[in-house]
Amino acid sequence: MKAIDRKLVRDAIHMWGQLLAICAVIACGVATFVMSLSALEALRTTQATYYDQYRFADAFVGLKRAPNSLEPRLAEIPGVAHVQTRVVRDVTLDLPDLDEPAAGRLISIPENGEISLNALHLRSGRYIELGRDDEVLASEGFADAHHLHPGDKVTAIINGRRKDLRIVGTALSPEYVYTIRWGALVPDDKRFGVFWMGRRALAAAFNMEGAFNDVTVDLAPGADEQEVVERLDDLVRPYGGLGAHGRRDQISNRFLSDEIRQLQRMGTIIPSIFLSVAAFLLNVVLSRIIALQRDQIAALKAFGYSNLAVGMHYLKLVLVVAFVGVILGSCVGYWLGLRITEMYTRFYKFPMLYFAIPPKVALMALGASSLAAIAGTINVIRRAVNLPQAEAMRPEPPAAYRPTLLERIGLAEWFTQPSRMVLRHIERRPLKAFLSAFGMALAVAILMLGRFTADSLDYLLDAQFMLSQRQDMSVNFLEPTSMSGFHDLQHVVGAMYVEPRRMVPVRLRNGHLQRRTMIQGVIDNPQLNHLVDENLDAIPLPKEGIVLNSKLAELLEVKTGDTVSVEVLEGSRAVREVPVTGLATEFLGTFCYMNFQAINRLLGEGDSLTEAYLKVDDNRLDELYRRLKEAPRVASVTIKKTSIRSFRETVMENMLQMQFFNVMFACVIAFGVVYNTARIALSERGRELASLRVLGLTRGEISFILLGELAVLTLVALPLGIGMGWLLVRVVCMFLDTEMYRIPFVVAPATYGFSASVVIVAAILSGLVVRRRLDHLDLIAVLKTRE
Amino acid sequence: MTTPPTVPANESSAAIAASGADRDRRAVYQARGITKIYHMGEVDVHALRGVDLDLYEGEFVVLLGPSGSGKSTLLNILGGLDVPTEGTVNYRGRDLMKDDDALLTGYRRDHVGFVFQFYNLIPSLTARENVALVTEIARDPMKPEAALQLVNMDHRLDHFPAQLSGGEQQRVAIARAISKRPDVLLCDEPTGALDINTGIVVLEAIERVNRELGTTTAVITHNAAIAEMADRVISVADGRISSVRRTAHKLPPQELRW
Ligand SMILES: Nc1ncnc2c1ncn2[C@@H]1O[C@H](COP(=O)(O)OP(=O)(O)O)[C@@H](O)[C@H]1O
Ligand SMILES: [Mg+2]
Repeated sequence: MKAIDRKLVRDAIHMWGQLLAICAVIACGVATFVMSLSALEALRTTQATYYDQYRFADAFVGLKRAPNSLEPRLAEIPGVAHVQTRVVRDVTLDLPDLDEPAAGRLISIPENGEISLNALHLRSGRYIELGRDDEVLASEGFADAHHLHPGDKVTAIINGRRKDLRIVGTALSPEYVYTIRWGALVPDDKRFGVFWMGRRALAAAFNMEGAFNDVTVDLAPGADEQEVVERLDDLVRPYGGLGAHGRRDQISNRFLSDEIRQLQRMGTIIPSIFLSVAAFLLNVVLSRIIALQRDQIAALKAFGYSNLAVGMHYLKLVLVVAFVGVILGSCVGYWLGLRITEMYTRFYKFPMLYFAIPPKVALMALGASSLAAIAGTINVIRRAVNLPQAEAMRPEPPAAYRPTLLERIGLAEWFTQPSRMVLRHIERRPLKAFLSAFGMALAVAILMLGRFTADSLDYLLDAQFMLSQRQDMSVNFLEPTSMSGFHDLQHVVGAMYVEPRRMVPVRLRNGHLQRRTMIQGVIDNPQLNHLVDENLDAIPLPKEGIVLNSKLAELLEVKTGDTVSVEVLEGSRAVREVPVTGLATEFLGTFCYMNFQAINRLLGEGDSLTEAYLKVDDNRLDELYRRLKEAPRVASVTIKKTSIRSFRETVMENMLQMQFFNVMFACVIAFGVVYNTARIALSERGRELASLRVLGLTRGEISFILLGELAVLTLVALPLGIGMGWLLVRVVCMFLDTEMYRIPFVVAPATYGFSASVVIVAAILSGLVVRRRLDHLDLIAVLKTRE
Repeated sequence: MTTPPTVPANESSAAIAASGADRDRRAVYQARGITKIYHMGEVDVHALRGVDLDLYEGEFVVLLGPSGSGKSTLLNILGGLDVPTEGTVNYRGRDLMKDDDALLTGYRRDHVGFVFQFYNLIPSLTARENVALVTEIARDPMKPEAALQLVNMDHRLDHFPAQLSGGEQQRVAIARAISKRPDVLLCDEPTGALDINTGIVVLEAIERVNRELGTTTAVITHNAAIAEMADRVISVADGRISSVRRTAHKLPPQELRW
C-alpha cells in the first residue's frame, strides 16, 4: 500500500466515530429518500401496469336504462375503441356477522368470462358458471373482512326480496383498487362489497333484460377524452344518463391517483430536505475535519504532490464514507420502501406489485451525497492550497481574541474566567460557531418536520369528525326517499335525534373548469353538521346559494360572490347558475353545501333525502340496527367511529409509519451532527485545552470551557431550529395540499418539546464522550510538537 | 575568529555574481529583482524589496537575519512554493516565473527538498512511511531506510512522530527531504524549535547530506552562530540582502556554540 493511502486508512481509523456518524447521517438522508421514492415508483408502476393489463376503462357513464340496441351507436363515437355495457345495481346486504345493514354493488359480467374492459383478477375460487343465476365473485377486501370463502353465501335484498348469492370466487378489479362508495371519506370493507354476477341473472333480477344501465369505454390511441365524454353524455342523456366522466372522476382512481400525488409531494419534499440537510452537514463537517489537516496538506504540496493528488487523497476518504452511507441508506430505504408499499396495498388492492429502487433514485441519492462531499472537500483543499504555503505550514497564528460584547457593555464581572473563554471563543469565530449552531438547528427542524404529521392528522380528525360532523352514524337510503322515510326513522327505537340530508351528484362548472362532486343538502340550523372557517369557527349555511369548501373553490377558481354552474347528475339533469355564498374549511375531499329546501327546489322535486344523520342511544343499538336492517329503503349505515378507525388504520397509519421512520432518521441525523460538532470542537481546541491543563487548570475547568461552548451553541440552536422547523412545516403543508386531503399547519407543543429534547440529549451524550476524551488528553504530546 | 570580507549590499548583482571564486562555479539559482508585497487590507507589507541572489552548485549557504526580515519568503520563492510580486527566478536556465502551478509542482517533486521549522511530519505515518510518502513519487529515490540511516534514524523506523523527540522528528524530516536525492535542499529554521545539542545533531545531518551527496543547501536561521558552518553567509534585513560573505574557515557543526 502506498504511504499516502496508509495515511488515509490510519486517519479513517483514528476518526472512526466521526466518520461513522457522518456515514449514518448520509444513510438516513438517503434512506428516507429511497424509501419514499421507491414506494412512489412502485405504486405508480403498479397502477399503470394494472390498468394496462386489466384494461381499465377510460370513460364511464351511468344511466337509468337503455336498450342494448344503443350499444352499437356508442361504439361508433369517434375515438372509442371498445364499449362495454353492464348492469350495475346497489343493494342492501344482510350479513350474519354484522348487526347493521351493509351496502353491496352488483356488477354484471358476461357468463363466458370474456370481459372486454375492467377485467377481473381471480384471487381464489373460480369464475362463475354458465346458467347458474346465484353465483357471484366477491371483492376480495369484503370477503376477507367477513371471512367469506368460495362456497359461502351472502344475502342480498333485491327488490325487497332476500336472495342468497353464492360466492364462487374472490376477485380484484382495476375499478375498485380503492373500494369506497361515492361520498364516503374512507373505505369500509365490512360495510361495502362489490359482487360480479352473470349478466343474465342480474338483468333478470332487476328487470333489465335486453337493457343496460352502465357504460364503460376504452379510448383509441390519440382520442380526445373530453370530446368522447361529451358525445357519450349526449347519447345517453335521453336514457337518464348521469353524466359521463373520465378516469379523473372515477372514484377509486381518483383516490389512488391523489394518494400517488400526495406521496409524490410528501415523498419528494421531506426526503429532499433530509438529504439536503445530510449533504449540508456532510459538507460542513468534512470541511472542518479536513481543515484540521491544513498543515499536512501544505506539506504534501511542498513535497511535490499536485493539487489533484492531494484532492484525490481526501476525496477518496470522503467518497468512501459517502458511498458506504449511500449503499447503507439505499438498502434500509429499499426495505422500508417495500414495507410502506405493502402497507399501501392493504387498502389499495392490486393483483401484483412492482417494487424496485428506480435507478434514477439511487443515482440521485448517490449524486447528491457525493456532490456535497466533493464540494465540502474541494472547498477546503482550495482554501488550503490558496493559503500561502509558509502560513499553512505554521501552526495557526495565535487567535485574535478580544473582550466579548457582553464584557464590553460592562457585564464582565458576571462571568468567570472560563465563561469568558467560552464566549470569546464563540465570538472570535462567529461563522464557525454559527455553522455549528445552524447544523444543530437543522437537526431540530427536521425532527419537527418528521413528527408534525401526527399533530396535523389529530387536528384534522378533530375538525372533521368532532366539530364538523357530529352525528354518531348516517343512514344511507337506496334512492332518494320522501320525508316519510325520515319521519319513520325519528320513531325508530334508539334514534335520539335525526337530521335529513340530501346528497346530489353534480358537476360544477366555472368557465372551462369543472369538477364532479356531491352537493350536500343540509337543513336550517343543523345540530349534527357544522361548516367552519379556517379558524374552525362555525359559519352559517345561507338559505340560498352554495357554500364550497375552499379547496373546491380553489380548483374552480371561484370566490364568495361568484356564481357556479351546477349540473345535476341525476333525474332531471337540471343545470342552474348558483351564487357562491360562502367558503368552508374542510381537510378532506372537495364537497359543497346547500340548504336542504334549496337543493330540493333546484332538483324540482318535493323534499326528499338520501341520508339521515343520527344521534343514537348506545344502549339500544342492537334494536336500532335490527330495525334498520328490516327497513326496505335503507341501504347501509356509516358509523362515525368506524370511519374514524378506518381513517386511522389507512391514511393515518401509513403516514404515521412513514413519520416513524422519518423521526428515527431525524434522530440519527441529530445525533450525528451534534456528536460531530462536539468532536470537531475537541480536535480544534484539544491543543489549547491541553496547554491549559499544563498551566494547572483542572479537568473540570477545561471540560467546562469546551462543554460550555457546546451548551451555548445548543441553546442558540434550539430557538433557531424551532423557527426553521416551523417554516419548513409551513412550506411542506402548502405542498401537501391535494384534492383528497389537506394537511393543516399544526405543530403540537409535544413536537417542539420532542425535537428540542432529542437534540439536548444528543448534546449531553456527545458531551459525555468528549468529556471522557478530555480526561485522557495527552499533555506530553502537546508539549512535544510545535508551539 | 577572523572577520571575513563583506560585499556591500548596495552593489549591483553583477558585482555579486562576479565576486571572487564564484565566477567559475555554475549557478543553480539566479534570482533578480525579487519583490514580494503582501496586501493586508489597508497596508502593504513589503516582505522583499528587490533581492538579487545566486546560489551555486554544491554550496552550503546560510541565510541569516532577524525574524520578519523576509528569509522564509525568499526561500519559499526559490522552492516554488510562492511567487514573487516582481522579479525573476532562474533555476538552471529555467525561468520559474513562467511555470504554472502544475509545472511548479513537478519542479518541487523532482528537484527540491524542504525541511521546515515545525517538521510537518504526517502524524498518522511512521518515520519510514513519512519518507516513503516522498520516495513513492520521486524519480530516482533512495530507499527510505537508507535516507533515515543518513540522519542516524535507522533505529526508529517504525515510530510514529508522536513517539519521537523534536530533534528526531526533524531528522526524519531531513531524511524525507533528501530521500529523493534533490538537487537543492531548502531548510527553514531547521533548529529553530530545538535545543543546542539536538540542533547540532540535526545540522550534522544536513551538513553530511551536503558533503556526501553534493546537494546545494540553503539553511535559514536567525542564529548567527550557525552561519559559521556555511560556505557563504547571506544576511537579510528588512527585505533586502544586506551583505554576503564567504566564510574563511567552515566549522563542523559539533564546534558551533550558541
Ligand atoms: N502571508 C503573509 N501575509 C502577510 N504578511 C506576511 C505573510 N507572510 C509573511 N508576511 C510578512 O512578511 C515579512 C517577512 O516574513 P518572513 O519571510 O516569514 O520572515 P522571516 O522568515 O525572515 O521571519 C514579515 O513582516 C511577515 O509579517
Ligand atoms: Mg521564517
